[in-house]
Amino acid sequence: MRSSPIVTELPRTSNMTDRHLKRRRFLDRTAETLILASASIAMSIILLIFVYVGREALPLLWENTDGASIVSTAVPPLEWQPVSERPRYNVFPLLLGTLKVTLLAMLIGTPLALAAAMYTSEFAPPRLREWIKPAIELLAGIPSVVMGFFALIVLASWIQAQFGNEFRYNALNAGIALALAIIPIIYTVSEDALTAVPQHYREASLALGASRIQTAIRVVLPAAMPGVGAAMILGFGRAIGETMIVLMASGNAPALSLSPLSSARTMSATIAAELGEVVFGGGHYRVLFFIGTLLFVVTSILNWIGDRYNRRMRMRLFGAE
Amino acid sequence: MRKAIDRSVVILCASATLLILTMLAIILGNIVVHGTSRLSWEFLSQPPLQGMTAGGIFPAIYGTVLLVLLMSIAAVPFGVIVAIYFAEYAKKESKFYRWTRMAVNNLAGVPSIVFGLFGLGFFVHGIGQALDRGLYGGQLVLGQPSILWASMTMAVLTLPVVIITVEETMRAVPQEYREASLALGATRLQTIVRVVLPQSWSGVLTGAILAVSRGAGEVAPVLFTGAAYYLPRLPTRVNDQFMQLGNHIFVLATQSPDVEATKPLLYSTVLVLLVLTFLLNVTAMVIRKRMRSWATR
Repeated sequence: MRSSPIVTELPRTSNMTDRHLKRRRFLDRTAETLILASASIAMSIILLIFVYVGREALPLLWENTDGASIVSTAVPPLEWQPVSERPRYNVFPLLLGTLKVTLLAMLIGTPLALAAAMYTSEFAPPRLREWIKPAIELLAGIPSVVMGFFALIVLASWIQAQFGNEFRYNALNAGIALALAIIPIIYTVSEDALTAVPQHYREASLALGASRIQTAIRVVLPAAMPGVGAAMILGFGRAIGETMIVLMASGNAPALSLSPLSSARTMSATIAAELGEVVFGGGHYRVLFFIGTLLFVVTSILNWIGDRYNRRMRMRLFGAE
Repeated sequence: MRKAIDRSVVILCASATLLILTMLAIILGNIVVHGTSRLSWEFLSQPPLQGMTAGGIFPAIYGTVLLVLLMSIAAVPFGVIVAIYFAEYAKKESKFYRWTRMAVNNLAGVPSIVFGLFGLGFFVHGIGQALDRGLYGGQLVLGQPSILWASMTMAVLTLPVVIITVEETMRAVPQEYREASLALGATRLQTIVRVVLPQSWSGVLTGAILAVSRGAGEVAPVLFTGAAYYLPRLPTRVNDQFMQLGNHIFVLATQSPDVEATKPLLYSTVLVLLVLTFLLNVTAMVIRKRMRSWATR
């Protein structure tokens, strides 16, 4: 049996012909394809970065150009001397320098940023909060070359006056400047995490007779812990990759010393300082790209872990992303 | 006893906040005090003279503006399209969405020096040299560091900023608007172009401003992709090299033949860059704030 013939085709307005409808549908479908294609390109950029940075380093695996191979980046002597007569490409001094400066920055930056986040989210009067947050965001807006300049001209003199150190530019100088650069990240992410803790957590604690400070430390902070962890990891990732500050402030000598007042050469600064003068495709060039690949992989892993922590906290607090 | 502990915790947290803000004030104060002495119209409009110990920074300002312009032309439209995908088309359970989201988040955390390496490897040596082989018969035209490749590198770096900002505003557009538009017979594309986008212009603007502010301040990505130490003339073609404010600061600070003579110039250059980025950041903040209060009304 045939169904009733009432709705045989879509109702149309008088000025809309079949061709109009078809064109509209065609446009719609084309647009969707283009948008999906753009999203795929955006996704593939991260792969392109890995491929094109790694590609320049890859021949190190089977070649030995100018004394540079994958082995020479790891075997003793622990020296980074790429432009001497017998070049040495051991990356250990650079790893040590990076770790030294980054850890100093974390040691200085994390407590300050966390305490400030705690103050803003739990203790500060609301009107003051309105001012603190944008001010710290403003700190994030200072270009790293400006921070490096400040460390070079002002901070280095101040440190020398305090400690009477021999080397004007050193790991501590870079560490403090780097701390200023990562404080906004750690602050913003952990402040977000603290603020995201539902109000009824606080109310329950206060109702049990806890003080506001006890509530903040024993209830709010533990609940926001994954977010705070994410903040620290993201800050760490940023510190490892930061280039201009360490290039300008750390002295750049690959010293094998743990002292904060000795010079340090980081991985990022090494690339920035040396790539301009190397032979394209040479051993030195390839080792610098190898260091870049290392940086990329390490920061990617850190970012990925940080993201996961952040998501886990939201799952725990709200049961969904 | 408990009260004393409580109070000291608050005081500790407050002083940490104060310390951070004080350091910010010291940095800004120091630069403003020392930077204003040499600031003049001549400084902004002249090229560097006498081995960069006199004259101004006009080529660096010009190069920076050109860089962020070319960068925005590439990053903003593309970023908006990807944001449209995230806000309007993405199915949250799909694998594609999850991977794209992860890739964009990850892109935001890649160190700027790695972008520099990428720009050199992909744009200069990859695309540039391929174009030279294909279009110019192997002649060296595009396969060298230039303002074009520097801005493309910077565009890749600032892309996540644009995407995240625009997506956020698009999500803030009430679902009812879309439903109303679709109910009237509009297609998905028409709904996005005529309803969602007009409501999101402030987000596109904020994203563009934040990207420009970021792009104007970054140095590491352009070190090997096109920024020059010193150039006597302004860039006129896309394959010219250029001077950039941030790079100029780096050069003046670390490679000057006469440090004391350069210092006043250096301070003023830093002040110019700082004022530029801060004005952009504050504008973005104000737009965002007004947008939010508008959204909650």
